[in-house]
Amino acid sequence: MIQVDNITVTYPSSCVSVFRKFSWEVQKAEAWAVLGPSGCGKTTLLYLLAGLLKPVDGSILIDKEPILRPRPKSGLILQEYGLLPWATVRQNCELGMKIRNYYGADGVHAPSENLSTRGEKNWIEELGLDSFADKYPAQLSGGQRQRTAIARTLNLQPDLLLMDEPFSSLDVYTRENLQDLTISLVAENGLTLVLVTHSIEEAVLLGRKIILLGNPPNVNAVIVDNPDAERKNYRNSSAYTKLCRKLRTKLGAS
Amino acid sequence: MQRKGLVFTTLAVGVTWQAAALIIKRPILPGPIDVLTAFMAELIYGKLGTHFLASFWRVIAGMGLAILTASPAGLLLGQSKKFNQILSPLIYLLYPIPKVVFVPIIMLFFGIGDLAKIIIIFIILFFQILVLVRDQATNIRPELLNSVRSLGAGRRALFRFVYFPATLPAILTAVRQSVGTAVAVLYIAELFATQKGLGYYIYFQGSTLFNYPAMYAGVVAMSLLGLGMYFGIDWIEKRMCKWLFVN
Repeated sequence: MIQVDNITVTYPSSCVSVFRKFSWEVQKAEAWAVLGPSGCGKTTLLYLLAGLLKPVDGSILIDKEPILRPRPKSGLILQEYGLLPWATVRQNCELGMKIRNYYGADGVHAPSENLSTRGEKNWIEELGLDSFADKYPAQLSGGQRQRTAIARTLNLQPDLLLMDEPFSSLDVYTRENLQDLTISLVAENGLTLVLVTHSIEEAVLLGRKIILLGNPPNVNAVIVDNPDAERKNYRNSSAYTKLCRKLRTKLGAS
Repeated sequence: MQRKGLVFTTLAVGVTWQAAALIIKRPILPGPIDVLTAFMAELIYGKLGTHFLASFWRVIAGMGLAILTASPAGLLLGQSKKFNQILSPLIYLLYPIPKVVFVPIIMLFFGIGDLAKIIIIFIILFFQILVLVRDQATNIRPELLNSVRSLGAGRRALFRFVYFPATLPAILTAVRQSVGTAVAVLYIAELFATQKGLGYYIYFQGSTLFNYPAMYAGVVAMSLLGLGMYFGIDWIEKRMCKWLFVN
């Protein structure tokens, strides 16, 4: 589904490339975690996939289409501040549809087909937000805000979910709760997931496959398979703890 | 502001005023009741209403012009680093100049009619709105812009769904902060070469006719003009920026 082909990415402000001739491939309905310390380029990678940044060299294809701008069927969820502060939960959730209606089915800002189809599911209700629907983001807890961001994205019926540290500012209980929610949403709706995180535990929990990034420049994709991630109650299994330990050593060594 | 507090404060001002009038006991300080009587009489039988409307029109026109030009300019500057780098020294230079010193110059250029007065108010408000809107637009979080971009928004939709609602409070704050100054400068502008407006009215009643209660009625009318604008903006803000008042 995603083909990152020989990309080179350099920031204008620095001389070191974040990625140099870097290639990576993601199949449909796979759940990936991108793991690495801060400054390794993991957010850059996500923004590249989201079409918000462009590589200096090389190409990125999603569904065989080159990514030059945000793609209507990709949903992006950031750590914080992604919601309009002046709009209620409901209005925030409708924002994507409003923007699509604003441009019409032009195939650039919105998909060229099936413009009028609203999602079959009422995601506000589905994610337990109905009692907050008329509240503003400032009135919500961090967890409720992220639920709203998820509902807003799912309203646009995406096939690819891009998440940038979506749960790192939440308390442990809420975080685990939303991690489980994400796992089941991705599985139930056949979504492809790319989740960026600096937390080893989160990567192991959510990533069926894990890609490790290190100090720039990143040249080869270091990939760790995590086949057990689909098992029930994986969080409490010994396989989970074992992989966490393995990754910790690996990251420490690099 | 609670309505109760407002009523109480108005009463307190009235009582203090009455007490001062009783102690001083001179025609240059009539009590509030005399002034209110004069106010009503001037409004109904005199020309206070016409003068009020003349001043009101000048404030509204200058304000409208400033909002319509300064908000897009501020948005542009806040959005484009290049524009801002080129123009910010100029703004930095012009912003702190007390605009009231331009009153004589503007009158020389634009004559003694309404236009000169509207332009004076326009200049005062323009820079306030420009600077506040620019800063507000610069401070919009990149996360928010990126999120909305990822929902498909291009430049036009970002303006409509992010920049415009984000800067609305800045526009209202700028107008509220500077409407007092604008009315004060309007008063000065209306002292010269005009026979319409509250400034002229106050000066004429006080210095030519020595009709002090009527002069005070003019002062009250001018205060009401300033207060009215202030409360009007509050009202609009409560309607249009509900999210600012939720906590």
